Amino acid sequence: MSKDLKIIGKPQIKIDANIRVTGEARFGHDVQLPNMLYGAILRTKYPVADILSLDTSKAKSLPGVKCVITANDIDTENISYRRDHPILKKNKVNCIRDEIAAVAATSKEIALKALELIEVEYKINEGIFDPFESIKKDSPQINDFIDGKYENKNIAENFHYEHGNLEEEKAKSKFIVTERYTLPRVTHCCMATSNITADYSKTDGKLTLWSTTQVPFLYQRDIARALKMEPSNIRIIQVVIGGGFGSKLDMYPYEPICAILSIKCGQPVQLIFSREEEFIASPTRQPMVFDLTTGADESGRFTFRDVKIILDNGAYTSWGATTPFVMMQTFSSLYHCPACNFDSTAVYTNNIYAGSFRGYGNPQATFALERNIDLLAEQIGMGKAEIRLLNSNYQGEVTNQGLIFNTCGHKDALEKVISITSGNNKPNTDNKNKSKRYKRGIGYASMLHVGGGAKIYPSDGCGTTLKLDPFGYMTLITGSSEIGQGSETVLAMIAAEELGIDISKIKVINTDTDIKPWDVGVHASRTSFVAGNSVLGAVNKLKEKISPTAAIMLKTNIEDLKFENGQIVSVKTGASIALDKVIRAIHFKGNHELCIETYFYEPSSEFADKEFKGNVSGTYAFAAQAIEVEVDTYTGNVKVLDIHVAQDIGKVLNPLGLAGQIEGGVVQGLGYALTEELIVENGYVLNPNFHNYKLPTAMDVPRIHFYPIETEDSLGPYGAKGVGEAPLIPTAAAIANAVADAIGVKINSLPVTPEKVLRAIAEKC
Amino acid sequence: MYVKNSLPSSTEMQEISFTVNGSKIIVVIPQNLLLIDLIRDVLNLKGTKPGCGEGECGACTVLINGKASISCLYLAINIDGKDLTTIEGLSLTEKPLDFVQEKMIEHGAVQCGFCSPGMVMSIKAFQIECESNPYISRDSQAIKKAIEGNLCRCTGYVKIIEAAEDLLSAKF
Repeated sequence: MSKDLKIIGKPQIKIDANIRVTGEARFGHDVQLPNMLYGAILRTKYPVADILSLDTSKAKSLPGVKCVITANDIDTENISYRRDHPILKKNKVNCIRDEIAAVAATSKEIALKALELIEVEYKINEGIFDPFESIKKDSPQINDFIDGKYENKNIAENFHYEHGNLEEEKAKSKFIVTERYTLPRVTHCCMATSNITADYSKTDGKLTLWSTTQVPFLYQRDIARALKMEPSNIRIIQVVIGGGFGSKLDMYPYEPICAILSIKCGQPVQLIFSREEEFIASPTRQPMVFDLTTGADESGRFTFRDVKIILDNGAYTSWGATTPFVMMQTFSSLYHCPACNFDSTAVYTNNIYAGSFRGYGNPQATFALERNIDLLAEQIGMGKAEIRLLNSNYQGEVTNQGLIFNTCGHKDALEKVISITSGNNKPNTDNKNKSKRYKRGIGYASMLHVGGGAKIYPSDGCGTTLKLDPFGYMTLITGSSEIGQGSETVLAMIAAEELGIDISKIKVINTDTDIKPWDVGVHASRTSFVAGNSVLGAVNKLKEKISPTAAIMLKTNIEDLKFENGQIVSVKTGASIALDKVIRAIHFKGNHELCIETYFYEPSSEFADKEFKGNVSGTYAFAAQAIEVEVDTYTGNVKVLDIHVAQDIGKVLNPLGLAGQIEGGVVQGLGYALTEELIVENGYVLNPNFHNYKLPTAMDVPRIHFYPIETEDSLGPYGAKGVGEAPLIPTAAAIANAVADAIGVKINSLPVTPEKVLRAIAEKC
Repeated sequence: MYVKNSLPSSTEMQEISFTVNGSKIIVVIPQNLLLIDLIRDVLNLKGTKPGCGEGECGACTVLINGKASISCLYLAINIDGKDLTTIEGLSLTEKPLDFVQEKMIEHGAVQCGFCSPGMVMSIKAFQIECESNPYISRDSQAIKKAIEGNLCRCTGYVKIIEAAEDLLSAKF
C-alpha cells in the first residue's frame, strides 16, 4: 500500500487501558442497581439421576428470599442451536452442571442459604461418560430433546467432507502413518467469572441485561426465543468483559434464569458465578480422539489424509459441536493435499458440555496433523522443516475445499522460523547439549485459519455509525464488541487515520444493542477485518458528505482535498480549513445537516455448499511456529525455552496490540500443551480450582519472538487479516513435536505432563 | 455503619478503625467478614477484583502496611489499626495514574483488565520493597517471582514483565 500512513502501523496504547488499570472499568461484578436482588442456582448433586421430588417451601419461607423457581414455574423454550437444552431441568438430570432451581434474595448470603434449604430427592442412575460407549447402538439415549436428525440417538452432530480420490492417492503413497491422538478437556478460565444483571421493568415490559456476551445481537434473539419475548424489548448492555476467548459465544441457562428471576420479582437481579461454579458450569474445549492416517509419496509430497474424529459433546449441544467446520479446513487445506476424507461425530455423554474456545477445534486438528507430519518425515528420512516447506500453501492457491488464498504467507512464515532456529538443533541427530539428563529438541507446526470472518450466519457483516460533533470530535458507534483484544483501539486508529484527526478526539460506543448497529459478534478472528472495513466504509461516506462544502470554502476541487491534522487541505492551493469549522458550516448554515453516516460492511465471502466446499472467509491467516524445549529426563519436566512465531497478519495495524494477542495466545497454547486439564471422572469435575487446574503463571513464560509477515490482502483494511485465534493454534503441536524430537518418543496426547514423559522414556528403553 | 443484611446469624459485630487510602475510618462489621467484602461491599471500592475467593488468582491484591496481601483470604477485623491501600488509593486528583499504571499502559500490559488492579498492586509492593532495600534483585526473574501469584489469561505476562522491568530500571 503506497499510502503514507500516520497512525496505522505505529504502536498505539489501548484507548481503554486507563480505566482498566485503575479499577474504574465496570465489570459485571461491579454493577449495582437500586433495589437489586442476588440470584443463585441450585445444581444437581449427582451427574445422572431422576429427580423424585423437589421441595422449595423451606427456602421460600426464609426471610429475605423473594423468589424460588423450578422447571414447574417457568414457561420457556429450550436453548442451544440444536434446542436440546432446557433452562431448568425437570424430573431428570444429565450432567453435574445441571440447573434444577434458582433463587433471588436480598443478599448473596441469603440466596446461598436458601439453596441449602431446597430439598431434593434423587434416584441415582448409571451414566455414560465415554463417547465410545455412548455411540454404541444399544446405549441408552442421553438427551431427551434431540430432533431425530441422526438414527443413533446419542449423536449430536456429524460432519462428513471429502475431496480427491482417496484410494488412488493411497496407492501412490510410499509412506503411510496411522496414529490415534487424544486431546483433553480444558477451559477458558476467564479472570472474571460468568455474571449477569437483569432488570425487568413491569411498567413498560422491557428487559435490560447487563451481560458479558460476545455476540450481543444473536444473544438478544436467543434470550427472546427462550423467554418467548419480543427481541426488541430486550436491551443488551455489555459490561466490561473480563475475558472471552470464545466462552461467551453461546447463551447459557444462567442468563435466562436470571432474567426470569427479575421478571418474577419485578426487581433487578444479579447472578455471579463463584470460581468453583465457573470451572463446573462454564463450557470447555472439546475433548477429542483423532484416528488419523496420512500419506506421502517417495519425494515427500503429501498424498492423502483420512481422519475420524470423536468429540465428547457432553450432555447438551453448543456452538462447539460445529468446530468441525474449522477442523475440516485444516485437514483439507493446510499444506497442499490431493485427497481428504474427514468424518467427525460429536457424541452425547453425561459429562459437562463443551463450547467454543479460541481456535474453535483448530488446536486439536493442528496437533493431530502436525504430529503425523513429523512421523512421516521420520519414515521418509526427510527433514521436518524440509517436508513442511515442500508441501506448504502458496499465493493464488485454490484449495480442494474451495478456499481461495489471494494472499498466503505460509511459506514465508515457515522459512522465517526455520532459518531462525536452524543450527540450534537438527532434528533426529544428536543433541548439541551432550548432557545425559537434559535433552533439547525443536518442533515445528503451522496453522491455517479464517482471517476475514466466516460465513455461517445469514450475515457475517458489521455496521458502523460515525457522528462528528460541531467541535470536531467523533463518536464511533460500532456493532462489534471489545473483549479485551483491543478492537476499540484499532477501530479508532482507522477512523483517526482516514479523517486526519487525533485519536484522543474519538469516542467509541460499542456496548448497547439499542444504540449500536448490527454485527454478528466477536468470533472467527473477524473484528479487525470486518469491523475495520465497516469503519473505512463509514468514513468514506462521511468524507463524501463533508467534501463538497469544504471544497466551496477552500475554493478548490473535491478531488484535491486531503484530511490531515484536524484540517482539510487543498493539495492544489495549499489552503486549509479546520475540520470542525466545516462541520459547523454544514450543520448551522446552508442545508442544515448533521455529519452522521452509517455503513454496513458484508464480506464478499460465500456460504459453503452441501459438501462444505466454498470460499467462506474474506481471507485466510497462516502461521508457523518453531519451539525449542529442554526435557529433564530424570523428572520428565519440559521447559520451553524459545517460541518463534511467524504469522501472516496481512498488515500490522497496531504493533502493540498485535504483540499482546500473539503472546497471550501462545501462553494459552503453552498451558494447553503442558499443564492444563479439567479432570472429569464419572461426571464429576475433580479439579474445579486454580490450585489443581494449572494455568501458566509469569514464572512459566518462555522467550517469545514474533515475526509478522505482511502479505497485504487487498480485501483487508490496509491489507490486514484476522489475528486473534492463530497464535494459540499451532503452539501445543509444536511443543509436542519438540518434546518428541528431544527424547525420541511419540507424544500422542496432551497435556505433556512429566508423568507422560517419564512413561514414554521408560517404554522406549 | 454497616449492618449485615438480615441473615439470621450469630455472628458478632466488632468495631475496627484503620486507614484506607490515606483516610482514617471506623466501621462496625461482622467478625467473619472478609477484607475483600469490606472493601467492595462496605466501602464500595469496586476496583479490587474478586477472581476466585480462594487466594489463588491474585486479582484482589491490596497493600496492607505497604505489603501485597490477598484480600479474599484476610479477615476484615484484622485490618484494625493498619494501613490499607486499594487500587483507588494510587490515583490522586493531581496525578491520576501511578508510575506502575503508566508503565503498564505504555507497554500494552492491559487487555481485559480484570487482573490489572491486582497486578498493579503486586508490582507496587515489589517497587516499595526495592526502594527500601537497594540490594534486592530486580531482574526479570525477580519480577516474575513478585507477580507469580497473579494470574492473567489474556496477555501471556510478557508485557506486564516488561512494564515492571522498565519501571524498576528507571527508578534506580
